[in-house]
Amino acid sequence: MSGIDILAVIREELARLAPEIEFADLDPAVDLREQADLDSMDFLNLITALHHRLGVDIPDADGRQLTTLEGAVGYLQGKLAGGPPSA
Amino acid sequence: MIEFRMPSLGADMEAGTLVEWLVKPGETVRRGDIVAVVETQKGAIEIEIFDTGVVDRQLIEPGATVPVGTPLALIRSEGEPSQPPPVQAPAPAPAAPPPAAKPAPVAPPVAQPAPGQIHVSPAARRLAAERGVDLSRLTGTGPDGAIVLADVEAAAPAAAPSAARPAAFDFSQMRTAIAAAMSRSKREIPHYYLSDTIDIQAAVDWVARANAERPPDRRLLLGALFIKAVATATRAYPEFNGLLQDGVFRPAPAAHVGLAIAIRGGGLVAPAIHGAADLDLDTLMAQMRDLVGRVRVGRFRSSEIADPTITVSSLGDRGVEALYGVIYPPQVAIVGFGKVVERPWVTAGVVAPRQVVTATLAADHRVSDGHRGALFLGEIGRLLQQPEAL
Repeated sequence: MSGIDILAVIREELARLAPEIEFADLDPAVDLREQADLDSMDFLNLITALHHRLGVDIPDADGRQLTTLEGAVGYLQGKLAGGPPSA
Repeated sequence: MIEFRMPSLGADMEAGTLVEWLVKPGETVRRGDIVAVVETQKGAIEIEIFDTGVVDRQLIEPGATVPVGTPLALIRSEGEPSQPPPVQAPAPAPAAPPPAAKPAPVAPPVAQPAPGQIHVSPAARRLAAERGVDLSRLTGTGPDGAIVLADVEAAAPAAAPSAARPAAFDFSQMRTAIAAAMSRSKREIPHYYLSDTIDIQAAVDWVARANAERPPDRRLLLGALFIKAVATATRAYPEFNGLLQDGVFRPAPAAHVGLAIAIRGGGLVAPAIHGAADLDLDTLMAQMRDLVGRVRVGRFRSSEIADPTITVSSLGDRGVEALYGVIYPPQVAIVGFGKVVERPWVTAGVVAPRQVVTATLAADHRVSDGHRGALFLGEIGRLLQQPEAL
């Protein structure tokens, strides 16, 4: 499952939720929800979309690890590297 | 014959623009079907019909702005004979080749209107203004020689096919609509405000357990529990659920909870989740997702906009700890939930970290008093202690 540009997938899905955001201006270490003004429903929709796009299981309890861009990329890379995709 | 009219989609709406018809003459429609899209200050709204029958005739063309109450179409009940249009075309000579599927417009037999008395349909007038067409130089093909949209189209065809969807969302219109409703609210409604901080650890834990087993698209948000709790609490406290119109408060038989949804870039709408007290949490959550999704693209239905009976504004996990709502007239109450925070909390004499939320109530003093308001808020808090029962 290597070769997937996780950041590009996040950028695309974020663009659906927050089309006015300049992705390049986002600080990868700062809470994405604050930077992109995502409410609980938006964030759940982002997780849902990443789950479908990447085929990785993202338990609800892990959501916190995806609140920053660097956290999300690290988490998803780890998921894609280890074990078969779940769904 | 039933007249399908431009609906009122809020106390402040005076007129609406028909954007498109979603049904054709001859089509059967059922109560609840979406039959048209109307552009209002709140954006494009899908209009449902409340009668069952067959679309007999459409009286208004897309593009026309008409006052609330204007008949848009005639609906005949099943079996009722079709009503002939006012100007009946004479039967074409059998030899003449039949025109294309669309019946050819027929010149009116006599009615050549007197000069200066041109009848122009609103849609035609609007399009003519847009394209700079001189109406006095056109020959109308509509009833009694009226100039209709097709005549203007023929005189000045669009350079590119015009988009069926309304243009980009109009934020200034939205601001105007909010200003009108909220000014009226603050002018007319004597608000009183109550606030209570509720320990919702039980609900937070319950949602976490429920979500642990679920894929993301079936997960719940606490917001669904808040809406369910408010809707359920109105059963015991009906004076917070209903409409005050012409000085009379009428409690609503069901709780149609308006869900305040912020629009990116500014503004908000609070379309309704119908009969929220009777929905199980999964259905309620699915409807919330659907509603938020449609608000994001600016499509919601007439009944959702027109008939909330109480509003809930819930901040989720970001924002501030308490929000004090402004009642959307003619409703009489709005319940606010701030962001969920972890706080030191004393339970049974022991301080422990707990997830808490500040719930507020803004209610109309013409209908209820703070004492009942406090009991209502208390009931919402009590219901949230037993999430499995919601």
